[in-house]
Amino acid sequence: MKSLLLILVPLVAAALALAWPGQRTRPWLLPAAGLIHAVLSLWLFLEPPVVAADAWLGFDPLARAVLPVVSLLFLVSAWYAVSYLRIRAERPNRVFIAALLAVLGLLSAGHQARHLGLLWICTEAVTLAAVPLLHFNGTPRAFEATWKYLLVGGTGIALSLLGSLCLGYASLYGGGDGHLTFVALMGQGAGLSRPWVLIAWVLLLVGYGTKMGLAPMHTWKPEAYGEAPAIVGAILAGGVTSVAFTAILRVRAVVGAAGEGGMADHTLLAIGLFSMLVAALFLLGTRDFKRMLAYSSVEHMGILTLGASLGPAGVAAALFHVWSNGLTKGALFLSAGNLRRAAGSPSMDEVRGMSTLTPWSAAIFVAGMFAVTACPPFGPFFSELKVVRAALETGHGLATGLFLCCLLLAFFGLTRVVFGIVDGRPRRAAKAAGKRFKESAGVILPPLVLLGLSLWLGLCPPRMLADAWAAAVTQLYPTP
Amino acid sequence: MIDSNLNVLIGLAMGLNLLALGTSRLPALIRAMSVQGVILGVMPLLMEHQLDWRVLLVAVATICGKGLLIPGLLRRAMRTVQIDRELEPLIGFVPSLLLGAAGTIAALALTHLLPLLPEHAGSLLVPGALATVLTGFILLIGRTKAISQVCGYLILENGIYLFGLLLIKAMPLLVEAGVLLDLTVGVFILGIIVDRIQRAFDSLDTRKLTALHE
Amino acid sequence: MNSILDLILRLDCWLLLAPLLPGIINKVKAWVAGRRGPPVLQLYYDLARLWKKGVVMSTLASPAFVVLPAVTWVAVLGAAMLLPLGPLGAGLSFRGDALLLLYLLALGRFCTAWAAMETGSAFEGMGTVREVSYAVLAEAAMIAAVLSLSVQSGSISLAAMLAPAMGASAALLAAGLFIVLLAENCRVPFDDPATHLELTMIHEVMVLDHSGPPLAVILHGAAMKLLLFTVLLVQAVLPMAHLKPLLAAAVLAGGVLAVTVAVGLVESLLARFAFRRVPLLLTTAFLLCLFALLVAWKGGLP
Repeated sequence: MKSLLLILVPLVAAALALAWPGQRTRPWLLPAAGLIHAVLSLWLFLEPPVVAADAWLGFDPLARAVLPVVSLLFLVSAWYAVSYLRIRAERPNRVFIAALLAVLGLLSAGHQARHLGLLWICTEAVTLAAVPLLHFNGTPRAFEATWKYLLVGGTGIALSLLGSLCLGYASLYGGGDGHLTFVALMGQGAGLSRPWVLIAWVLLLVGYGTKMGLAPMHTWKPEAYGEAPAIVGAILAGGVTSVAFTAILRVRAVVGAAGEGGMADHTLLAIGLFSMLVAALFLLGTRDFKRMLAYSSVEHMGILTLGASLGPAGVAAALFHVWSNGLTKGALFLSAGNLRRAAGSPSMDEVRGMSTLTPWSAAIFVAGMFAVTACPPFGPFFSELKVVRAALETGHGLATGLFLCCLLLAFFGLTRVVFGIVDGRPRRAAKAAGKRFKESAGVILPPLVLLGLSLWLGLCPPRMLADAWAAAVTQLYPTP
Repeated sequence: MIDSNLNVLIGLAMGLNLLALGTSRLPALIRAMSVQGVILGVMPLLMEHQLDWRVLLVAVATICGKGLLIPGLLRRAMRTVQIDRELEPLIGFVPSLLLGAAGTIAALALTHLLPLLPEHAGSLLVPGALATVLTGFILLIGRTKAISQVCGYLILENGIYLFGLLLIKAMPLLVEAGVLLDLTVGVFILGIIVDRIQRAFDSLDTRKLTALHE
Repeated sequence: MNSILDLILRLDCWLLLAPLLPGIINKVKAWVAGRRGPPVLQLYYDLARLWKKGVVMSTLASPAFVVLPAVTWVAVLGAAMLLPLGPLGAGLSFRGDALLLLYLLALGRFCTAWAAMETGSAFEGMGTVREVSYAVLAEAAMIAAVLSLSVQSGSISLAAMLAPAMGASAALLAAGLFIVLLAENCRVPFDDPATHLELTMIHEVMVLDHSGPPLAVILHGAAMKLLLFTVLLVQAVLPMAHLKPLLAAAVLAGGVLAVTVAVGLVESLLARFAFRRVPLLLTTAFLLCLFALLVAWKGGLP
């Protein structure tokens, strides 16, 4: 029941937002729904319900391991959104707020979907619901970004439907009775037709990989993250991508049950490392700090995928990384949004000396940068350390070397841009714009909280979390 | 007998793929797409011996959506937005036609390598689906105009629908979910119209501003 | 004795009937346009007139200038002899005659092209280039069509290849062969035989410097080639091997007439295509024939 409420509360709030008359009071629906959602998911996290094996929806261990962080991220972003939408009072926010809430509801459904078709429907719906979010600014550039997102994302999602159909056919060919819950598919195991499973795996990996933003299907990301408001970037990077990642994990489990796990791991490893490499190289070249965040997101998606390829220990590390990356990226996006507002431009050619204009945001941005490049004692350091350990334990020495090289390159790229905009003396035009932007508590505290959470995750992660990740791993790798 | 009728329809759909690849006119592309939509909608009616309401629903939704509604919207968008009727190819018409034909042959060859249930063995559904998906991809990549990309996307979707027909009896939900893809197309078209309207307003505004200035 | 008589009858048939087709086409065009048009027998008068005239030779041209049109004519006539006429069979038939047919047609084209370049005119060279570049694509389609016929019947002899009715692929093949027919005989939309604008001519350019009897031979050869393709198209699509000879002849004549009228209609309804669109159309013809081949190969639909 509570797990259904997780989906229904945001959707009802979305409908409410559409009907709500007041433009100024409407944003408060966001933190209200976010708070209820967070309380519910925390409650479910502490007292995990029993999920029937053939249930289509349910708060199963994998959802328990990932959904709370999405909820947390949304809550903090919603808090930030109230101040943000007050600054952007000139834009109508009815559709934006409704779409944001709908995305939360559909994300909750997607994380809890235990059925191949249902999972696809949720992902598709999230894709569509996110369209008005990206188009919020209404500029031609925003339109272009939205178009690219929809075209690439839509193609990806279409391919994942084709992959789902192929997996369905694999089950049908193996004598399946048309039950497409992941449990049923895993139960069918070696009975699934191998050639069809392989085709399905490739299509689903490409399809959901597009949604995650793995290279070479990442081309929508820089545009979308560059043109969308900061909150949207944070929720896309921390929430939407995680749904695609859990989808890949669930499908990987089915492929593993069908006896093709080794092949699946190889492809995951390759595509993960390729994403990291591409992202690191682009990070060395980009001059736009919001696009920089997009490439950094591609890199971290690569890390997740790499982790997922390394067996049970790697998957646990990847789930840890979902948390640490989501929270840290959220802090970065929100503080970058502040910088972008204050500076009036996202390019390091025009932005300089932000440490004197907006000292708080700049400080959070720098700290977040260190966190995301895996400097201790923040969360990402420990999660990436776990990935490295899993890689070394499974004998992937070369991959580990490449992984560390990419991290180093990404570090160079990120520091280059970040210090480029933080250091130095501000331009005169920027000074005037910076004066207009006030660093109120509403825009400083949310990223600070997220950064604090990331720190907490690094220094003293609670025992419960590690247990939740371990439970999710047992769900994905059932011991026969 | 039913099977061979179905195969003739799929063959027609594959021919329309090549037509879509070879044409240089936008209205012709839209027409090819809409005829394909209608053909696809008729197929489930031929496959089933006794008509189930779900199958009927899929058929009606497909004919209305892919065959009438979306092409109509596209034509309207084309008219209101006054898009030039010539397509601008990135991949030329002859190469894309040859690619499409090679893809069709490859799809036929590939199908022989895949294990199929006996009731699907003689059917062209799988090669037809693969060829149509490929055609959609070529159009998506090889044409520059937004509206022609939408057409490409729709043809890609038609291919997926064709594949879905294999599973319509066993798992109707998955096939019905494909209707959501049509929604994506709707959003695309909406985007084209909204963008143009917005631009029209923008230009109007700036003209007003200069008028006041003088 | 009988076979010699048969051969002579056949030759007469081809030689005498061929110039009728361009006349019919012109008549159809005139009808559609609402004119009276030239008489159906116009080409006969033209040929007779040309035959009486003398030959004007360029000082640059070698004797080949006169010989080559004759070679072309003989090649086309030879190809016509290979083509069976329904249950009557061919004048000459052996294993692999389909290949000889293709080669004879190619030889004819080669000789025309060579003769065109004899005078050393740059303009004719341009026409040759166009003709040959179209031919490359049209030949691919033609070869695919012959292949599909041969795969269908499991034989490379024309008599056997044209005998059985083609199944589902007949429509594909008919469409493909019709386009090939238009291209090979330089009809609209590939070339406009009526045009005398220098830049748009293709085949007409190549015979611009010919005069007198060689020109008559060229014109007659072109008419025979048109008849040859028409007969081939009709036989590839219509099954007539098991009909009575008289009925088959009637069916064949009717089919040829229908195709001729169709060519006339195409010519009056379509305009000549721009050069850049021609390859697309020929590629379409190639693909049509290729898919006919594919369908034939799979034995109906798989």
